[in-house]
Amino acid sequence: MAVMQCEQVWEQISDYIDGDVDAGLRVTLDEHIRGCQRCTSVLNGTRNVLALYGDERLFKVPMGYSWRMQRRIASDVQVRRRTVIGWLVATAAVALVSGSVVLASRMGTAESTKSAMAKLGRVPADLEVVVTDHGKLFHVKECPFVRQTDHPRPATAAQAEAEGYVPCVRCLGQYVGELAARLVNQKIFASFLASR
Amino acid sequence: MVVKAAPDADTQEQNLVKRIQNGEPDKFYELVKPYERRVYTAAFAILRNAADAEEVAQEAILKAFANLRQFRAESKFSTWLIQIAVNEARMRRRKEHAEIMEPIGERQEEDGTYAPREFADWREIPSEALERSEVRELLLESLASLGSKYREVFVLRDIQHLSIEEVADALGISRASVKTRLLRARLMLRDLLAPRVAGGWFSRPFEKGNKPWQ
Repeated sequence: MAVMQCEQVWEQISDYIDGDVDAGLRVTLDEHIRGCQRCTSVLNGTRNVLALYGDERLFKVPMGYSWRMQRRIASDVQVRRRTVIGWLVATAAVALVSGSVVLASRMGTAESTKSAMAKLGRVPADLEVVVTDHGKLFHVKECPFVRQTDHPRPATAAQAEAEGYVPCVRCLGQYVGELAARLVNQKIFASFLASR
Repeated sequence: MVVKAAPDADTQEQNLVKRIQNGEPDKFYELVKPYERRVYTAAFAILRNAADAEEVAQEAILKAFANLRQFRAESKFSTWLIQIAVNEARMRRRKEHAEIMEPIGERQEEDGTYAPREFADWREIPSEALERSEVRELLLESLASLGSKYREVFVLRDIQHLSIEEVADALGISRASVKTRLLRARLMLRDLLAPRVAGGWFSRPFEKGNKPWQ
């Protein structure tokens, strides 16, 4: 049997403990360790290291760890749910908008969205409205979406339409057809997508 | 100490994974609950800080949730989860430059032989020793003082009980490297603990004046 040096035993000690040495080597190692106090000490000590660190009592999780983990997971699940619903809504909106566009083109409105909306809107011609130089919509004077800093000027609905303005669906919704509202939504949705 | 799951437990786990993948996210906690402690331990052993470890454990588990579709049934869910935790903890450590002091063994050549320095007669340690916080502190302190490459291997193999192959996969190193580092980690820990053990204080009741940390 080959004589083994302590250094050689130490090199094998880890595999020896793990049972990852072949039978021949194991016999040689057994033989050496049995007669060597130092290697016995190394073996026992290493085994103790494994027993101590392998014991699950060594690592104590902080108080409330499980509870906090559960709560965090629950809130993440909720957020994901909302995101899924959000995407469903967005998909539905896309379907709705594309449906509107198809419908608008079928109705023979070769003009722009703006004029399609103007045609669909049935705002009384003499209704007093306001327009702004930078805006594209006309509103009733009290509409909360009119910014006073844009210096709104008065006009009749007919004048506003003639100038290319379209009715605001939020204050003139009662006059504007559903399709026009959808087309406005399409614009809002498109700008929302562009901003992302 | 290795807890082997019963064969039907594995199947149950796979079914749970499928149910979550197919739209039952509420079942996710049920899936990870048996491993949440191990995830924390892995993170703690790498980061050496309880608050960071908990945060990383949460991040790792949420990451597993977000990526559950990528999980393949041929690997063990627990191993996959621990791998995520290890990666998260390593990323956190890199970000925070947590290696404040020079840990033992970090500079030593991996290929060189590690010779044990202590040959105290270290017999069996009573299991009650671990009930003492001083003993736990000493063990954690010793582990924390190892270089990260040794600590990681030791934690995964001897604390998390992963196989050599699983450790190699989790850390992205060769099987041979795992074995070399493991041997060294075990011997270094033994050397760190042996002087405290030589007096036999593990088996003696602590009294004023003989506390090992004094």
